Amino acid sequence: MTVAQRLALGMATLFAVSIIIFISIEMLPGDFGQIVLGQAATEDTVAAFRRELGLDKPPHLRYFDWIVGAVQGDLGTSFSGRAASGQDRSREVADLIGPRLKNTLFLAGITALISVPMALVLGISTALYRNSFYDRSVNAATLTTISFPEFFVAYILILLLSSLGQWLPSLANVDATTPMSERLYRIALPALTLTLVIIAHMMRMTRAAIINLLASPYIQMARLSGASPTEIIIKHALPNAWAPIATVIAFNLAYLVVGVVVVEVVFVYPGIGQLMVDAVTTRDIPVVQGCALIFAVTYILLNLIADIIGIVTNPRLLHPK
Amino acid sequence: MSKNIESYSAAAESGNFYERRSRWSKLRLAARTSPYTARFGLIVIAIYVFVAIFAPWLAPYGEAQIFPAPYEPWSSTYIFGTDQIGRDIFSRMIYGARNTVGIAVATTLLSFLIGGSLGLAAAIDRRWIDQVLSRSVDVLMAIPSLIFALVLLSIFGPTVFNLIVIIAILDSTRVFRLTRSVAVNVVVMDYVEAAKLRGEGLGWVMRREILPNIMPPLIAEFGLRFCFVFLTIAALSFLGVGIQPPTADWGSMVRENATLLQFAQYDLRAGLTPLLPAAAIALLTVAVNFVVDWFLHKTSGLRDEQ
Repeated sequence: MTVAQRLALGMATLFAVSIIIFISIEMLPGDFGQIVLGQAATEDTVAAFRRELGLDKPPHLRYFDWIVGAVQGDLGTSFSGRAASGQDRSREVADLIGPRLKNTLFLAGITALISVPMALVLGISTALYRNSFYDRSVNAATLTTISFPEFFVAYILILLLSSLGQWLPSLANVDATTPMSERLYRIALPALTLTLVIIAHMMRMTRAAIINLLASPYIQMARLSGASPTEIIIKHALPNAWAPIATVIAFNLAYLVVGVVVVEVVFVYPGIGQLMVDAVTTRDIPVVQGCALIFAVTYILLNLIADIIGIVTNPRLLHPK
Repeated sequence: MSKNIESYSAAAESGNFYERRSRWSKLRLAARTSPYTARFGLIVIAIYVFVAIFAPWLAPYGEAQIFPAPYEPWSSTYIFGTDQIGRDIFSRMIYGARNTVGIAVATTLLSFLIGGSLGLAAAIDRRWIDQVLSRSVDVLMAIPSLIFALVLLSIFGPTVFNLIVIIAILDSTRVFRLTRSVAVNVVVMDYVEAAKLRGEGLGWVMRREILPNIMPPLIAEFGLRFCFVFLTIAALSFLGVGIQPPTADWGSMVRENATLLQFAQYDLRAGLTPLLPAAAIALLTVAVNFVVDWFLHKTSGLRDEQ
């Protein structure tokens, strides 16, 4: 029941967010057809362009058209490539996003594969040996990486590993034909940057979650009964920590979605984040909308999954009185 | 002290020794007992503020003054060299303190003004104002703020004014949540009830009864939100959709000089040039975090976990 409630809430949020992103095109100044098509565009071309966007229809019908299209993978056509003469060489937004989305998911996936296990191991081990020299140094290191902007971490890595060391490429330019091994080599630096940024947050939250649990009476009881510290953490603390840890992981994967934008721009990686930034600079609204929709939906779904894991692993939440 | 036993008063005697400390001396006392990290943070913040205020007197050249020597190496004429169109990087760093930090402070203040007053209003009037505001904040917070900021900037165009307003509104959702949650506990106090019965208006109750009692968490949050806003604006400027040239700004300076990194193996100082503005951003963030940590420690009486 609670799971169903949370799902319903998630759906409502998705609906509200899609409306906000849709409304963004409504807020454009009235003459933007002229801006997109150029000063030389005739009245007829501008009128045809407005008709194509459906601006002659009432907003709620247009929203319906847009969202039905979006669910079926049709996100409209890009503004770029349109000429004043009415000639239309613009591309479908879905075609622009498709291959880039794969690249971004690949980068994010590799990063998650490295960072999630590492963060869990670091978080649990620092909780186990807390206040030791090891714990203090890991904490100090993560606190500094949290305070650094992503591009600072990225450029330090480029300076050390690519410019001075010449071990790794500073540009992550891949295309569809790049073989897998080459691809992994090229994205080594962006993946490393994202890992460093993400791991700090995830490790600190895992550590806090475990330490929080260690103060509970049943852990005290286990300790009094003579269980070893490792046994206490693995057998007693961890099963109850899954919910907060799942939240931490989902939260950070959601954060990854945002961090990927800056990192893709630094390393000129052909992903959806770079596409979105380019579209913002040229004010290509349909592309911006499409990218924002994908980012927002991923973010909301990840948070939704985290909450549901939290409910499912906690019997008290699963069966409320 | 009087020798006359009849007129002796314990209150007067203890009163003799009670010295009421002024705010300034309390601050000095607190500063003397502060940890090294907090002192370091305070000194760094003071230096940034000094540089920001006196930028035109400190900088050797103008903010957008162009010399016919692009990519000049470090020298006594151009301390950190010149950038891609021949502007002195050291001068731009100094002006950057004024622009980047100034814009971030203005944005944080605006977001506290919006989020704080709406949060207080929601905490006092728990009926429809609270419902409407809380639900809209939930929706706004469901979108990652950098993505939302990108969408809004593409619609309204990247001017400094738009940047400040957009980031302030997006960030005020967090301020709203915090203010509301701490104010809810204060609103139910008897003295607030008394003020309402006295017939004081909503504004008076907010400002004079509730605000002084929720100040410490709000001040700490101000520091943290400042860091977040500062990093967001730096990231947007770095992406080229934030503060626009020729305004000197640390985020865009990193981007403009990034090509110099390739020459690090021939001249290490050239490779370090694009990292300078980024380091300036990171240093201020670390400093503010140190001070906030210490402040939270002082005001909440929290001790490190044992």
